[in-house]
Amino acid sequence: MKILVCISNVPDTTTKIKFTGDNKFLDTTGIQWVINPWDELSLTRALELKDDPKSGVKSVTVLHVGGAGSEPTIRKALAIGADDAVRVNAEPSDAYFVAGQIAEIVNREKYDIILCGIESSDYNGSEVGGMTAEFLDIPSFSSVSAIMIEGGAPVLTREIDGGKEIIATECPFVAVVQKGIAKEPRIASMRGIMSARSKQIRVFEPVQVEALTEIDAFEKPQPRAACKFVDPENPAELIDLLQNEAKVI
Amino acid sequence: MSVLVFTENWDGKFKRLSFELVSYASSLAGMLNTSVTAVTIGKAEGDELKKLGEFGADRILNITCPQLSFLDNRAYATIISEVARKENSGVILFSNNNTGKALAPRVAVRLKAGMASGVNGLPSGVEPFVVRKRAFSGNAFAHVVIKTPYKVITLAQNSFEPASRPTGAIPEEMEVSIDGSSVKASILETQKQTGRIVLTDADIVVSGGRGMRSPDNWGPLVELATLLGGATACSRPVSDEGWRPHEEHTGQTGKIIAPNLYIAVGISGATQHLAGVSASKYIVAINTDKDAPIFETAQYGIVGDAMKVLPKLVETVRNIRKH
Repeated sequence: MKILVCISNVPDTTTKIKFTGDNKFLDTTGIQWVINPWDELSLTRALELKDDPKSGVKSVTVLHVGGAGSEPTIRKALAIGADDAVRVNAEPSDAYFVAGQIAEIVNREKYDIILCGIESSDYNGSEVGGMTAEFLDIPSFSSVSAIMIEGGAPVLTREIDGGKEIIATECPFVAVVQKGIAKEPRIASMRGIMSARSKQIRVFEPVQVEALTEIDAFEKPQPRAACKFVDPENPAELIDLLQNEAKVI
Repeated sequence: MSVLVFTENWDGKFKRLSFELVSYASSLAGMLNTSVTAVTIGKAEGDELKKLGEFGADRILNITCPQLSFLDNRAYATIISEVARKENSGVILFSNNNTGKALAPRVAVRLKAGMASGVNGLPSGVEPFVVRKRAFSGNAFAHVVIKTPYKVITLAQNSFEPASRPTGAIPEEMEVSIDGSSVKASILETQKQTGRIVLTDADIVVSGGRGMRSPDNWGPLVELATLLGGATACSRPVSDEGWRPHEEHTGQTGKIIAPNLYIAVGISGATQHLAGVSASKYIVAINTDKDAPIFETAQYGIVGDAMKVLPKLVETVRNIRKH
């Protein structure tokens, strides 16, 4: 069984986000790039499955659609423990384009389980996983918080509004994963970092898929009004404000 | 060219977010000079379906499919895409919840539609079609141009006020059939949360962080939430420590919520936490540290010890509720 983990290269989540003067692009000055947090968790779960000899998972490949500039992030995924990596050499212009590229790689290399994070922390799309599955015409499961493989058969936990479902399925499928999929992201060991240098990143040129959307401009949220402080000895005043000023209780 | 809206039902019942979505669809249809078709799959019946008409659905389609007993993303997306083609729907709308996130991208590929997710308002223009969506986990918005004839949108929860616009539409039943062998999954078990308000549905959320100091101190926080008719939540360190269940973790990697009122108790307000709650209409912060970043986002604040402030708040609310 082969697992493909799709990773996004995103600004570190503590980064102060700034845009270029015309608000068209992210100002990348001084940004620390990291693996999208959910993708890091899905990589961790994929490696845990591979560590378990009963799972039947033989390899974990990471896939990234992006320019050569994101190779340090791919190397990090290799250092954490992925066996090899594929990079599609193209700007990830929109989710439809990216999903089309991922589907092409899956068709070419035949993966059994394709993992995508629930969203990327930059464009917050929640689109690529489901789109990839539809391109491939295979099942997809969203909001997945656990993946087990029992006797060669995958069993997933899917979060639904106000509960969860335990689902049995068969390969191939796309799982769009969220919190819970792994406890903590796995950290690269010194040995992992050393061996990552010799692991292969195969680079493919993109196939023809047109982007269907484009970003016209970014906008920063309006700063909120200054906080109104209430005397800690008199919290009744807070309740009064919530009732009569904000009118929310 | 109609606006098609997928209204999810939960065991036959709609929630507020379904009505938000129909109201949004109705305003959008006004801009496009067209009508609204609401579609739901399975279980919903007469009077419940008619409610969609009170918020502006001109047509209400209740689709039943004998081969489908659960949410199979591929089958649902196929059915919705077929309806969109038949109805000649230019825009297909979903809620940006678990189900919407699962179905919308599949429908977008089937229809070769440009998609924008987590949209929080009506388009700023329809020619070109530009919508504003959440980006950088609440630190920015992106104005997205959708360039295709079909357009797929997921609407952020609690970003549009449901408005009464009765159409008197009579629900129509439609039975569809799918190839049962295409469903490659089965539900082994369903676990439902009972007795408590579902966090993502709550109008009011009371949330605790490390400032609560111990898992034994949550009594007054839970009581305040109960008195206010709200849900409880927590920050990541609290769920990581196992003080509260993981389902309550709100923040970038936990649940992303947008209640009318979010009361953050003993939460300093790290970027990752704010990413999950910044869309709340009002934020109240209670924290001992007057320089905590949460006060930059909160509209109301109390600098004080949660252990002292919470019981007083509970007392006040209890007195009001008595009268």
